[in-house]
Amino acid sequence: MEFDHHPPIEGTTLFDGRMAMKGYALNKMCYSFNEAEARAAFLADPEGYMTRFGLNAAQKEAVRAKDVLAMIAQGGNVYYLAKFAGIYGMNMQDIGAQQTGVTVEAFKEKLLKAGR
Amino acid sequence: MARILGGITTSHIPAIGKAIAEGQQQDPYWKPFFDGYPKVREWLGDQKPDIAIVIYNDHGLAFFLDQMPTFAIGAAHEYRNADEGWGLPALDPFPGAPEISWQIIEAMVADEFDITSCQELPVDHGFAVPMQLFWPDRKGMPRVVPVSANTVQHPIPTLKRCLDFGKSLRRAIQAIPDDLSVVVLGTGGLSHQLDGERAGFINREFDEMCMEKIVSDPEALTKISRYDLIRQAGSQGSEFLMWMMMRGALGDRVTALHRNYHIPISNTGAGTMVLQCDD
Repeated sequence: MEFDHHPPIEGTTLFDGRMAMKGYALNKMCYSFNEAEARAAFLADPEGYMTRFGLNAAQKEAVRAKDVLAMIAQGGNVYYLAKFAGIYGMNMQDIGAQQTGVTVEAFKEKLLKAGR
Repeated sequence: MARILGGITTSHIPAIGKAIAEGQQQDPYWKPFFDGYPKVREWLGDQKPDIAIVIYNDHGLAFFLDQMPTFAIGAAHEYRNADEGWGLPALDPFPGAPEISWQIIEAMVADEFDITSCQELPVDHGFAVPMQLFWPDRKGMPRVVPVSANTVQHPIPTLKRCLDFGKSLRRAIQAIPDDLSVVVLGTGGLSHQLDGERAGFINREFDEMCMEKIVSDPEALTKISRYDLIRQAGSQGSEFLMWMMMRGALGDRVTALHRNYHIPISNTGAGTMVLQCDD
C-alpha cells in the first residue's frame, strides 16, 4: 500500500476508504444539495434534515458551526462540502480563509502572491 | 478511419463558469486567464473536429460514494448540466455521439480496460467549463464523448494507468471506420488544494515541470507516485491525471502550438495548452 509508507502530508487529510466510511452520512446529505428543493428543505429544518440523513452528534455539531475543518475530521469530502457551503454563499476563498485561520482578504493575497 | 487531431488542456474551475455567466472576461483579475483562449479557438476553428472526447473528473454531481467508478464513459444522446448546488443557471444539454461512445467502450474493454458505461450522465463544471471556453457561442461545437475518472476518493488511479488509458483510447478511436476527426480535451488542474490547513497551496515549479514533460516525456511523469502528486500538486492537483489520459491518446510525438499559465484562478494554478499530433 503505497500511501501507508509515507508520513502524513501536513494540513491534508487523504479521503480514502476509511474516511469515506466515516463521513458517508454527512457526504450523502451534502450530495443531496445538488437539488434546489433539498437545499430549501435543509434551511427550513436543519436538525430534522440532519437526523433524516443519519448524521452523528459530532457531524451535526460541525454542520451547525459551519466548521469546515471539523466536517473534514468527521469524514466530510470537500467536493460535497462545497455544496453545503454554497447554501450560505460561501466560496472556496471563504472556506480557505476559515480553514487557515486568516481573513478572506489575507487568503486571497496569499493566492495572488503565489503568482508573483 | 477516425483520426486524432490533437489535445487541449485547460483548468475547469467552477468560478470560470461564474465569470462567463457574469461577463467578467475583461476584468483585470480574469483577463490574463481568458487571454489564453482565442488561440485555442482559432486552432479549433481551423481543424473543425467532428467529435470531442472530454476527459474530466466528476465532483459529486453524477457519482456519489455509493457507486464510484474509476473510469466511466458516457454513452448518451445528450448530457445535461445542473447547478451543482450553487444556483448558477444550468446550460443547455450537450449533444452526444452514443454510436462512437459504444465503439470506444467495446474496443477498450476488449483491450482489458474495464469501463463503466453511462446512458445517463449529468455533467458538472469539470465538463461544461472547458466546452464554454472553447465554443463560447456553440458555433462548430462537436458532439461529445465524456470520460470521467475518479479523483474524489482514494485509491485514485496511478499516473501510469492514466497514460495507458489514453493509449488504449487512441487505439479504440483509430479503429473506428468512419472518416471522423477527433480532439481530446484533458481538463482540470493544475496545482490546488481546497481542503485542510494547507488550503490555498499552489506549486508553480511543479506545474511548469508537468507542462513541459507532458509534451516531451510523459513516460517520465509515470514515475511520480500518487502520494507525491498530492504532496506536490495539492489534494485536488490529482486532476493532473486527466492530462495524462489525454496525452496517452495523442501518440508518441506532439507539437505544443500554444501555452498559457496563470496563478491564481480561484485557488488554482491554471494551465492551457494546445498539443497537435505529429503521428
